Amino acid sequence: MSPFLFWFFASMMLVFGIAVVVNRNPVASALSLVVSFLGLAALFVSLDAYFIGIIQVLVYAGAVMVLFLFIIMLLGLRAEARRQINWLASAGATAVALALALQIFYVVGHLKSAGQPFPPLARSTTDDVRNIGALLFSNYNLPFQIIGVLVLVATIGVVLLSRREPR
Amino acid sequence: MVTLGDYLIVSGMLFAIGFAGVMLRRNLIIILMSLELMLNAANLSLVAFSRFRVQPTGLPDYNVQVFVFFIITVAAAEVAVGLAILVALFRARQTTDVKDISSLKF
Repeated sequence: MSPFLFWFFASMMLVFGIAVVVNRNPVASALSLVVSFLGLAALFVSLDAYFIGIIQVLVYAGAVMVLFLFIIMLLGLRAEARRQINWLASAGATAVALALALQIFYVVGHLKSAGQPFPPLARSTTDDVRNIGALLFSNYNLPFQIIGVLVLVATIGVVLLSRREPR
Repeated sequence: MVTLGDYLIVSGMLFAIGFAGVMLRRNLIIILMSLELMLNAANLSLVAFSRFRVQPTGLPDYNVQVFVFFIITVAAAEVAVGLAILVALFRARQTTDVKDISSLKF
């Protein structure tokens, strides 16, 4: 991938990620999250991970986002009333996040392989669904079934949680 | 030339944005969205490492991509349960602001 496209999609992801945090209106935040995840999916495709990129769009931009928007509109949430902002707490939280980012820069700067370009692939990975699927059903069969049970438990839990208590 | 370090730095910045969102915002829905941002930042660095560790067959390390697949599944389940808890909470208290939910606060 050309550096221009990489930085374009990376900055799109980061700018809309910041928009998620700073928007007052929850609907605007949710829509910014979609755009941020589309940029992330483009970065996955740039790393030759086509399957991951596609399920990123399907699961996040499709299912999770519809869920968020549905809940926001179901509850009728509007833009938050302008509360007194606790400047000390906000400055502290921003400082901790900045310290975390600086730490990551420091660690990546001292990583030996961080400056190397990606090694070339032997062939195109457009058939990576087959490779991931083969691994999923052979080496990772037990974790896959545990994940299945987890999703089932989550489904039952959501139904129980959202059921109205009989009086 | 885009290197591994560029992807790791971008992923670290996305994680820091999500982290700031969890600490700065008081709306539970925005906090859940920021959690999603952090999970996806971890996914981005995992996929970058998978592409960097090219196997002897000349293909990326697919073990990592299976791991990313599991993370996406768990994240989706987490969002569903989190939003169901939020709806139950809104029904009981008519608020999604964490400042108003402080009964257990010491």
